[in-house]
Amino acid sequence: MLKVALIGAGKMGISHLSILGGYANADIVGVCDTSKMVTDFLTKHGRFNCFSDYNKMIAETKPDAVVVAVPTKFHYSIIKDLLEKNIHVFAEKPFCLTYEQSEELVKLASVKKLVNQVGYHNKFIGTFKEVKRIAQSGALGDIYHFIGESYGPVVVKKKSDTWRSDPAEGGGCLMDYASHVIDLLSDILSPVQSSKGTLLKSIYSGQVEDAVYSLLELQSGQSGVLSVNWSDDTYRKMSTSITLVGTKGKLISDANELKLFLKDDNSLNGYSKGWNVKYITDLQEGVDFYLRGEEYSAQLDYFIKAAEGKVPNTINSFASAANTDKAISIIKKSSI
Amino acid sequence: MERILFGDNQFFAVNHISDDKSRAQSIKFKDDSAIIKVLDDARAAGINTFMCTTHDRIGAICDIIRADPEKYKDFKIFPCMPYAHKYANAVTELGIAGTLKQYVPGNFFGSLFKGGMAYITKDFESIMELMIDAEMKMFKDIHTPVIFLQNVITDLLLGLRATDMLVAFHHYIRKKHNADAGFITMNMPKLLKALQEGGVENPIICTSINKVGFRMSGGKEVYEETLKNQKVRVIAMQVLGGGAIHPGEAIEYVCSLPNIESILFGASSKPNIVSTANYIHQFDSKK
Repeated sequence: MLKVALIGAGKMGISHLSILGGYANADIVGVCDTSKMVTDFLTKHGRFNCFSDYNKMIAETKPDAVVVAVPTKFHYSIIKDLLEKNIHVFAEKPFCLTYEQSEELVKLASVKKLVNQVGYHNKFIGTFKEVKRIAQSGALGDIYHFIGESYGPVVVKKKSDTWRSDPAEGGGCLMDYASHVIDLLSDILSPVQSSKGTLLKSIYSGQVEDAVYSLLELQSGQSGVLSVNWSDDTYRKMSTSITLVGTKGKLISDANELKLFLKDDNSLNGYSKGWNVKYITDLQEGVDFYLRGEEYSAQLDYFIKAAEGKVPNTINSFASAANTDKAISIIKKSSI
Repeated sequence: MERILFGDNQFFAVNHISDDKSRAQSIKFKDDSAIIKVLDDARAAGINTFMCTTHDRIGAICDIIRADPEKYKDFKIFPCMPYAHKYANAVTELGIAGTLKQYVPGNFFGSLFKGGMAYITKDFESIMELMIDAEMKMFKDIHTPVIFLQNVITDLLLGLRATDMLVAFHHYIRKKHNADAGFITMNMPKLLKALQEGGVENPIICTSINKVGFRMSGGKEVYEETLKNQKVRVIAMQVLGGGAIHPGEAIEYVCSLPNIESILFGASSKPNIVSTANYIHQFDSKK
């Protein structure tokens, strides 16, 4: 059984740990976090082998794979260290603070032939997988416009500073919320080539942007709009959607519901002329252990299987996450 | 527990298949009076148990119920705690320790966090007990015979192997609140096994049960097997698979299974309440 360890037991790390704990095919050999309260809980109630120093954990527990869920600013140095120690790595998103760091880790993982994955979980959602399949089938004709959106209630009033409000630590809506949408668009269509203009708006935060509005051009030549706002409390939780407008049809999809309009019959199996609606219940495969969405379990299942050599390490590789980091820097530079 | 329980997702814009419908519900139930009207419609259809999350707005609904004891004398609420988004948003902003500090009542944490480096003598069960009591405050003087732990917490603890915390919840609800504990989960067979190993017999478990196997982790067959062979009091939820299955077909499936004590559903309009309740009566009478 694959020996897995966790570095960083915050909100995402605890969630990954629970999913791994409920998963039958991984042996969790160690958990590292700097919060004594968290490690005390995990030791006492979960009987996990906890550490406050990750180097000590790696030396003692010798994991085959590690899940890294520390704040982004620590990703580069920790992941580099793990790769050099020949350990497969699953990292939380966003990948690194700069594109240069991302590129270096992509190369290192490739040279070392290690499995590498980043937690852009939307790609494991059935509806968005179907969006990709439809986009690539040609059924929409020439896709001449896209809208990538995400809204939610993260920062809805002025408040004290946390790492989320520090641009140097990967805080801000661009690296947090918007990175999901950029990553999804890169995967469904193609990576970002340039931005024709960006508005980074601070609504409640002092130092970072709460909203990102950008006109994007992709490497494929397709263009469209990115519209993301994490200060929108008309949403109960993060809601991401993709709209694709083509010469033969139009597609609007969020995580739950996919609506496809086709101008012609017979352009795509299972869909007919006019509006078609499919739900997540039609499109999502089940998981063995569910915590907060099938996609969170599915991405870890995929990582474990990749580390065991059972599936190719192609979805959410470091290379694809590096494209997203590059897009983030392009968007930042184009901000006016 | 009554055969039919009325849920609250529709009141708080929780819709598992459509964000558009979520928004429409959010608009429809902007005022508390709209919620009360639908609850009264449910009561008129013979449904006297309201299973709801400890959302801030439920406090106002409880005030209305308390103000009219005669009208609501048979009315029961099954609280489901905690309202997870409140804490999830707080953890994002304040971290785990900061969230506990904000939400655990009294001075329990105040002194412990002084200086930041102070050693914390943790008694996580006591923290949980304080949080349960805080969440239960809004239900004062309302009949709450079953109190649930929400699935995100149940399943988080299950995955973290902290079954002892689940067992502690079970005992504390009985001891302090004179009610049965219930657990909402998306992993029913695994949870039941863990609770049984922790000495909890015949627990109340609320879980997704539907014909298409949606959110039935590990597969529909394992659930059916568990229902057939184990001692457990199940409340079936998401019986319509988020709306993906025809109601008649959906209810027929759930009514055919053993060990399903209650069926939980939510609806925004009187015709939908009556129609779903009628399907349940119809298929129950065929047994």
